[in-house]
Amino acid sequence: MAGSDGIKGISMIVRRSMRQYALSTLITALSIALGSGLVMAVFAIRTQAYRAFTGGEAGFDAVLGARGSQLQLVLNAVFHLETSPGNIPWTMYEQLRRDPRVTLAIPYAVGDSYRGFRIVGTTSNIFTEFEYSQGRKFQVEPGGRFFADGTREAVIGSFAAQANGLRVGATFNPYHGLIHDERQRHKDQYTVVGVLAPMNSPSDRVIWIPIDGVYRMSGHVLRGSGELFRPQEGEAIPEESKEVSAVMLKLRDPQSGFQLDQTINKQGKAATLAWPVGRVMAELFDKLGWMNRILELVAWLVIVVAAGSILASIYNTINERRREFAILRALGARRATVFAVIVTESAAIALLGSLGGYVVYAGILIATKAVVKAQTGVVLAVWQMETMLWLTPLVMIAVGMLAGLIPAYKAYRTNVAEHLAPIS
Amino acid sequence: MSILKIQNLRKAYVAPDGARSVVIDVLQFSLAPGEQAAMEGASGSGKTTLLHLIAGILLPDAGRVVIAGEEMTAMGEAGRDRLRARTIGYVFQTFNLLQGYTALENVVLGQMFGQGVEEERARGLLARVGMGDRLNYRPRQLSVGQQQRVAVARALANRPKLVLADEPTGNLDRGRAREALSLIREICRECGAALLLVTHDPEALSQFDQVVRLADINHAVVAEAEAREGRLGGEAHGGR
Repeated sequence: MAGSDGIKGISMIVRRSMRQYALSTLITALSIALGSGLVMAVFAIRTQAYRAFTGGEAGFDAVLGARGSQLQLVLNAVFHLETSPGNIPWTMYEQLRRDPRVTLAIPYAVGDSYRGFRIVGTTSNIFTEFEYSQGRKFQVEPGGRFFADGTREAVIGSFAAQANGLRVGATFNPYHGLIHDERQRHKDQYTVVGVLAPMNSPSDRVIWIPIDGVYRMSGHVLRGSGELFRPQEGEAIPEESKEVSAVMLKLRDPQSGFQLDQTINKQGKAATLAWPVGRVMAELFDKLGWMNRILELVAWLVIVVAAGSILASIYNTINERRREFAILRALGARRATVFAVIVTESAAIALLGSLGGYVVYAGILIATKAVVKAQTGVVLAVWQMETMLWLTPLVMIAVGMLAGLIPAYKAYRTNVAEHLAPIS
Repeated sequence: MSILKIQNLRKAYVAPDGARSVVIDVLQFSLAPGEQAAMEGASGSGKTTLLHLIAGILLPDAGRVVIAGEEMTAMGEAGRDRLRARTIGYVFQTFNLLQGYTALENVVLGQMFGQGVEEERARGLLARVGMGDRLNYRPRQLSVGQQQRVAVARALANRPKLVLADEPTGNLDRGRAREALSLIREICRECGAALLLVTHDPEALSQFDQVVRLADINHAVVAEAEAREGRLGGEAHGGR
């Protein structure tokens, strides 16, 4: 069988066979598509989630908060998940704001929400000075503006605005606590003055109000000085009574972070510095490493099962096809050609399945992206090229070819004389 | 020089009960290039086995088969496959067309393992056997006679030097059988291929000048017949 004719011949036989056993081919390819898509999705979600949660789109280098868990602090202040570990006095914020090692310090006061979306009290310099990623600051959609400190104005993250139907000019009353409870409605009414442009970050889910508003919210008390203080309308709040839930920090350099870590975490006992933010999140992922390994194991098992389905589907057709192989052999096809036909067919089914796997992968990733975005505001890069996106189909094809070896050997062993015309 | 030469060819099968029975024991047989011969043999007389031995599909227990000067029986399996693809065309009783393929593809597939694909020749052959307007028909869409024509075209697709035909008219009615036989003989003549046709059909045999009775050259058949007669007559004879 001459080279190109050989390849043409094998390809023709494989195509015909796949068409002839279309249903079996389709079901097998489907199972491979599911397996392949699942494997790619598991690895991609793991990688992208790691990147998204540790990669520094948070924009801050460190977070200062109440003494306790660094992870809880980061989850609460950066990703707007979890509850706040507690408050620290405003004076600590002031101290850090003046520290030469700190280039930007922004206070957060949390604890209220609106229909499940968290309200963060802060200062207006978050809009004017803070870059959530290199060279990118918060921007409001046309027709809006940022709030002015000391007012009852609100700026709303794009997702929160969309989910609640809040536009510029709309008013709302915050609710106490993070879980929506109609009985916890504050009397204070806020007016939306701006809707933020989408940032594909947790900030999209946040409702921003001036920090003073959190202090003065009906029912709130302050304990910054250690004693209870109830802010009154029209009266200034003494600085020593003020509290913050977290101070978001941009540092001059890593050395500054190291020094602050020493001072606050190792020597001090009053607060916790979560630094660097990415490392804290990475530790979380490291702790969940065993779960990743189980997921990987499940994914690989799925590939093995898919390979088994190739083996079973082709193996089952071999008996029916023995006559076909005998005819091909009688026409001059070598045993090796028959062997190659089956192995190529296995590889072709695996390839077909792997292509379908991209559809499954895209489906899983799009759904996961939507869920993760809705829950955390973090956006996974669904279409980003990952190693597993080309490696998985290659592995699948190799495994498919391996699975084809057994039926190929069975076909290879076909007794030509026995399966041709009846002996006369 | 002969296109086919058989010497001391012997093939035996072992039955499930362990008994060994010799089915082919041919001392000598040959066919000249372009020669056409019919071989007469009853059912079970070893006709197909003999053709399989000539085509290199089966290996003999002893003896030689030489095709166009090359000793088939001395070759390894891959060599036999190559020689078969290059020099032999095979027409089967049941045609053995590949069901999933069109008439044209069946013929082209036959070329792929031999001299290489010549689609124009494949089309030409199909046109020659009257199937030019059925190139894209699949076997199940063709009548028995039409399938036979495709099988003939396929057998000749590789420009074989020798065509082996195994009961090619066995599945056809008398009229179609005569027509098919004439076609095979004519095309073999046109292509310069020798033809060895085995059949037990007297009508088919009557069309050949040269008819060889398998029983005359196959000693295994003779021996079996003698043994059978011996048993009937109460005498004990060993098979040969």
